[in-house]
Amino acid sequence: MKAFLMHRDRDFELEAELPANEEVLIQDLELTTLWSAMAAGDEFLFDVAKRAVLQSLRDADEIVYRQQALSDCLQNPATVREVYALAGEALKAQKSVWGGLLRDSPERNLGTSVQKLELLVGFLRRLWELAWEHAGDFESPAFRRFFAMLADELDEEYLELVASELKALKFKGGTLLSAQLGAGNKGKAYMLRRPREQRLLERVFDRSGYSFTIPDRDDNGFRALSELQDRGLNEVANALAQSLDHVLSFFVMLRIEVGFYVACLNLSDRLAANGEPTCLPEPRPTGELALAAAGLYDVCLTLTIDETVVGNDIDADHKSLVMITGANQGGKSTLLRSIGLAQLMSQSGMFVGAQTLSISTCDGLFTHYKREEDESMESGKLDEELARMSEIADHISPGCLLLCNESFASTNEREGSEIARQVLGALLAERIRVLFVTHMYDLANGFYEQGLDATLFLRAERGSDGARPFKLSEGRPLSTSYGEDSYRKIFGRSADATPVLAGRAAQCSPDRTDGDAAVAETDGLAQ
Amino acid sequence: MRGHLEQIEKLHYQLQKQSWFLDAVEIYCEAVRGLADDLAEPELTSRGLRRIREYLAAYTTSQKFVSLVAELRALKQALTGIRYRARIQGPRVTVSRYQGERDYSVEILETFARFQQGAVRSYLVSLPDEPNMNHVEARILDGVAELYPEVFAARTDYCVRHDAYLDPTVSVFDREVQFYVAYLELMQRLRKAGLSFSYPQVSARSKEVAVTETFDLALATKLVGEQRPVVCNDFYLKDPERMFVVSGPNNGGKTTFARMFGQLHYLASLGLPVPGTDARLFLPDRIYTHFEREEDIATLRGKFEDELFRIHEILEQASADSVLIMNESFGSTTLRDALVVGTEVMRQIIELGALGVFVTFVDELASLDDSTVSMMSTVMPDDPAIRTFTVVRKPADGLAYAAAIAEKYGLTYAALRQRIAR
Repeated sequence: MKAFLMHRDRDFELEAELPANEEVLIQDLELTTLWSAMAAGDEFLFDVAKRAVLQSLRDADEIVYRQQALSDCLQNPATVREVYALAGEALKAQKSVWGGLLRDSPERNLGTSVQKLELLVGFLRRLWELAWEHAGDFESPAFRRFFAMLADELDEEYLELVASELKALKFKGGTLLSAQLGAGNKGKAYMLRRPREQRLLERVFDRSGYSFTIPDRDDNGFRALSELQDRGLNEVANALAQSLDHVLSFFVMLRIEVGFYVACLNLSDRLAANGEPTCLPEPRPTGELALAAAGLYDVCLTLTIDETVVGNDIDADHKSLVMITGANQGGKSTLLRSIGLAQLMSQSGMFVGAQTLSISTCDGLFTHYKREEDESMESGKLDEELARMSEIADHISPGCLLLCNESFASTNEREGSEIARQVLGALLAERIRVLFVTHMYDLANGFYEQGLDATLFLRAERGSDGARPFKLSEGRPLSTSYGEDSYRKIFGRSADATPVLAGRAAQCSPDRTDGDAAVAETDGLAQ
Repeated sequence: MRGHLEQIEKLHYQLQKQSWFLDAVEIYCEAVRGLADDLAEPELTSRGLRRIREYLAAYTTSQKFVSLVAELRALKQALTGIRYRARIQGPRVTVSRYQGERDYSVEILETFARFQQGAVRSYLVSLPDEPNMNHVEARILDGVAELYPEVFAARTDYCVRHDAYLDPTVSVFDREVQFYVAYLELMQRLRKAGLSFSYPQVSARSKEVAVTETFDLALATKLVGEQRPVVCNDFYLKDPERMFVVSGPNNGGKTTFARMFGQLHYLASLGLPVPGTDARLFLPDRIYTHFEREEDIATLRGKFEDELFRIHEILEQASADSVLIMNESFGSTTLRDALVVGTEVMRQIIELGALGVFVTFVDELASLDDSTVSMMSTVMPDDPAIRTFTVVRKPADGLAYAAAIAEKYGLTYAALRQRIAR
């Protein structure tokens, strides 16, 4: 009995190992904001959302399996929320049966399992009824399989048989064991036997055997007797405890897996309230290096300021390196984060914050962002940066995506560029896709001069009046002073004349000016 | 067998004692026969083993031994055939012969199989199997004995007749052979990992010691257990050399070298093969060791003074024929103090003429005299993951290892590509 709502053929592994760079991803992509919106105050859903988003799917089929199920959920939100509530209720109800702290007595374990199972069988019945009523409204393979499974496995007759065996396992008429002589003539191979039906007379006159009775006050005697029964009941107690595990785990998995879709419903409600569009992305194979979007926006930014934010169009199909240069607070970090979020959300089967998106799956997402200070004070800034890059090198592999935000800027430009050239060269040679935000003209221009087809140069622009359009467009890197001047001189007028993208800036408090690049650009974008 | 006999002393019920006695006799008989068989084949040269072989051949074919085995087998067979059942109803227990009732567990398992798919966790409780019986089990056993009287009577008879079955010669052999077996087992484990052992050439006069490809038994046992490589070391002393002074980077194998040197002499003195090949070792009158210790409040002395006190004791007792192992002495004082005191102690050892190892961080001690040999531990900066310790003859230099920063983090083009490609 399996829910299988998130994977076609296996449970979602809530406890699966998260990527080694989990903490870094959370910090750099502001993932807590995303998960809080998905949780809508339900701590359990926060955890489910977190784990689902961090455990990326690699295979397009698997992604589509979830996308289809998600479409069903968006059509039938009430039924989905009801299943989620029922699973939670079942799990809570069985907790009221106290099983004791120690699991050391089969006799007691059996008693606990029997009681809990009696309760849960009631909830299975309710779930079965719910399936009977609503199964027709669902079309996705995930939900159709789920409802069909309930109909197959939980027929009326079977639920009756289970109920009657559960009753018999309370052993109102005593237990019958068989045994052999083991080491030291202690009994061994104790087995529980089903007593033969005996007629009353037969039982009364059955004088075969040797009987004795434990005296009333002999506590040790009764304990010894119960230990003997434990030996006979061990297997049955094991079977019932495993059955309980199975039924419990069914409800646990159901709560997790339906919970993921409920979390998606929560997020969908929030984004709709902000007037933001969403779409199910088209997952492409890793090697294709697809990345093409219309109206791609930063989901976490709109969740933070609760307003519509500007979106970007981007066409980086077949590009293995995207160099993003240009004005400060020009939306570079925001774009980087939109892409990072879109990557993770796509690969968890969710919708994304865009009008359209086609995107290659990656084998792992890594971020290397400029950090303000070395918290431990143990090493210099460059040391700290390099140590983080080295940590990435320990885990990254061909087919991964790396987002760099002003990496190697903690030393002078010549040194930083040289290190970056070596690092980028090696990463690209090993088929790792890199999006690199940088102010280092020497570095960016060096790549530009190479004129490689697989490199895309995006530039954040600054309007001639100093206003920022927060849009990025294709363009060669500019050395800062030259760029400032030539922009005014040559492109000043045409910037207004070629509105590449639509979108409007939202409002936000303008007084936050701390140094963190991501936050600064978030504010900048919102002004 | 010894365990079984001890157990019998702890048991209360006669029927149970008899059962354990039978098992003890069985183990004994099998062990004796196995030993006789094993010794029959190989070419033996040692006098001790040849005599025990002759003895065992005669003993195992004696009438006494043969009937001990045959009767035992018949009894065991009868006992294992017994099946009984116990019905428990409240306080009442009824013991009777088993009559082929169905296995209830299997039926329950069938009903719940649908719910048990993919079960991973076992809830089978491991019920403690204490050798002792409680009085309820004893009464059930009494019942079983009543159901099968002939079998139990025959067993009582056997126990009485074979009370003194244990042969005294076999018993002594069992004790003495264990020393050899234990060391052989250790050697076998380490040899499998490619390490060598050999009988050393020992001398009570020549202090020109040398061993090739040797290692520290303690570290090697640990590393081989973790399937990690062990790096061997060579050393030699030529007259008038007497002391190795080992310095160099930390975690480079200095302590291991010191321990190894002491071990080699100790094992050679026991008449055992030692780690390594081409071993020439000295038979010392005593081996003295001085390793850094935790401060001991009971001595009422500071750590440095405590060290001096212990070294003084050693120097009082040691002779020219002793082996001295001093490890990181005087680590708890200033460099100047360590130099002054270390030099003084070193001079006394040189004067004494004893063999030994002196591990120190004080470079100057390495070149006091032509009887001291400077050795240095070396680290492998390329791959610190492999703890390969080599200690080589080399003047102390105290140089530190430094590298370019990107190289340090493995982020040059070549290094990074190699790391990613793995």
